[in-house]
Amino acid sequence: MSIRDSAASMAAALAKKEITSVELTNQHYQQIASTDKDINAFLYLDKVGALAQAELVDKKRLAGEKLSPLAGVPLALKDVMVQKDVPTTCGSKILEGWKPPYDSTVVSKLKAAGIVILGKTNMDEFAMGSSTENSAFGPTHNPWDLSRIPGGSGGGSSAALAAFQAPLAIGTDTGGSIRQPAAVTGTVGVKPTYGAVSRYGLVAFSSSLDQAGPCARTVLDAALLHQVIAGFDPKDSTSINQLTPDVVAAAKKLDVKGVKIGVVKQLAGDGYQKGVENKFNEAIAELVKLGAEIVEVSCPNFEYALAAYYLIAPSECSSNLARFDSIRFGLRVGDDGTRGAEEVMNLTRQAGFGREVKRRIILGTYALSSGYYDAYYGSAQKVRTLIKQDFDKAFAKCDVLVSPTTPTTAFKIGEKSNDPLAMYLNDIATIPVNMAGIGGMSLPCGLADEDNLPVGFQIMSPAMKDDRMYLVGGALEAALLAKWKKPILDFAPKLVGSK
Amino acid sequence: MAAISRDEVANLARLARISMSDDELDHLAGEMDVILGAVKRVQEVASADVKPTSHPLDVNNVTREDVVTPSLSPEQSLSGAPATAEQRFKVPQILGEE
Repeated sequence: MSIRDSAASMAAALAKKEITSVELTNQHYQQIASTDKDINAFLYLDKVGALAQAELVDKKRLAGEKLSPLAGVPLALKDVMVQKDVPTTCGSKILEGWKPPYDSTVVSKLKAAGIVILGKTNMDEFAMGSSTENSAFGPTHNPWDLSRIPGGSGGGSSAALAAFQAPLAIGTDTGGSIRQPAAVTGTVGVKPTYGAVSRYGLVAFSSSLDQAGPCARTVLDAALLHQVIAGFDPKDSTSINQLTPDVVAAAKKLDVKGVKIGVVKQLAGDGYQKGVENKFNEAIAELVKLGAEIVEVSCPNFEYALAAYYLIAPSECSSNLARFDSIRFGLRVGDDGTRGAEEVMNLTRQAGFGREVKRRIILGTYALSSGYYDAYYGSAQKVRTLIKQDFDKAFAKCDVLVSPTTPTTAFKIGEKSNDPLAMYLNDIATIPVNMAGIGGMSLPCGLADEDNLPVGFQIMSPAMKDDRMYLVGGALEAALLAKWKKPILDFAPKLVGSK
Repeated sequence: MAAISRDEVANLARLARISMSDDELDHLAGEMDVILGAVKRVQEVASADVKPTSHPLDVNNVTREDVVTPSLSPEQSLSGAPATAEQRFKVPQILGEE
């Protein structure tokens, strides 16, 4: 039993009583203690709560109680998901020190399944970014190369997995914030169908795009976690009232004979790093060997997805972030008895929000303002329709669609932080999925020749057919593992531990 | 000509209730101009015959039975507030501003 094992192996060792959850939890805290000065994946560690949960699971197991498959396994929680009495900041100064008075539905489900929540992970402020550099609490570093970004917004969760600080994590994905961090850290991340996982207690950025999902080091681990967090929730008015497809069985099937896989023509070429395209094409060749049928599909409107996204998401965020008003929770600045409410609100939001958040609030306010609404927000909504139609046509011809997850491997910290447009381009291949509300997965498909950094392979499946991406992902992962002879993270440089 | 002026950005910041220094405004006006130049591409394909999509699902209003269920206590609801008084949110002065 090692902290490098899969969550499924840890769960098996726990079930056989080879290790207790308290021991397993402590091993992960030791790894965090020795590596997180370098990585900065965690914003808060809830040792008391985690060890109490671990102890409870151990007691139940000793008493012979029936437990959930992942009971006793540790997890890292993205700091955008509220957990009762545990500080939740969303990577923002405006929420520093705030302790939510309730659990999100995802957290309730994790707790009920006996999963041990180690702490809260770092992220771009309010999930706006692709590098975790927009966190008010400093950037997270990629375990493959500490001078590089771990992706974003969920860079804390992906780095924690790649640094073996946790075998499971929760992310949220509005334009790629689960899949892009997974791609650049050699881990697995899944954005489920919109509405498959409850948004109750997920701090809203862009409500029509936000979706929480599982992050892990293997496809099966992601499926096991997916099964725990998915399902109808009456507390979320956009929750889908249907049974969750059997993603665990799909991940275990390892058979893609006759599965029709569409390669999206538009998600390649200009702007895509050579090594990324090579590894993607090698993965396609593996799928052919496994008996899958490859077809090329054209989605001409994907070209406009990025532009539409950077109108829709800021528009929704300008409305959602109005709740940070210095009145009901979080920061209040300048309330010295001489200033009125509006001035205090203005000063609080100036001091509490970072540059990217302000940029998006202003952009959204503009796109929604009278006189510009039709030209910007209205046009973006039409593009959304066209993207949905592209997907519908493509899925009429194939079971899943595939592409590289990101155009490049992990870039250097600071390289793009002063160029918003260059930063936004990271999401070019992940955004269409959010616009249509369908499922998307990223799993590692090799190391780019130029820089020996991980490359992500994206699989997209129609709404509520999330099992299809697990089917293809599981089979591809097994084929690649047989080729490499060891998991991709075994190729990463050894972490030296804290300086 | 710039797509957006510094004065327009200042007005948006006022509407969004965010104070901004002169430096912030200068910087943001330039960035906004570049970003708007890029995102206006959506207009190329947004013809009149395309219906807008605001949400991936058909969103309906969801109601529940009017039955009392456990919820947060007043103390819990106020627990994150910067200032409270008499079981209420205490706010800075809202009347008498210019």
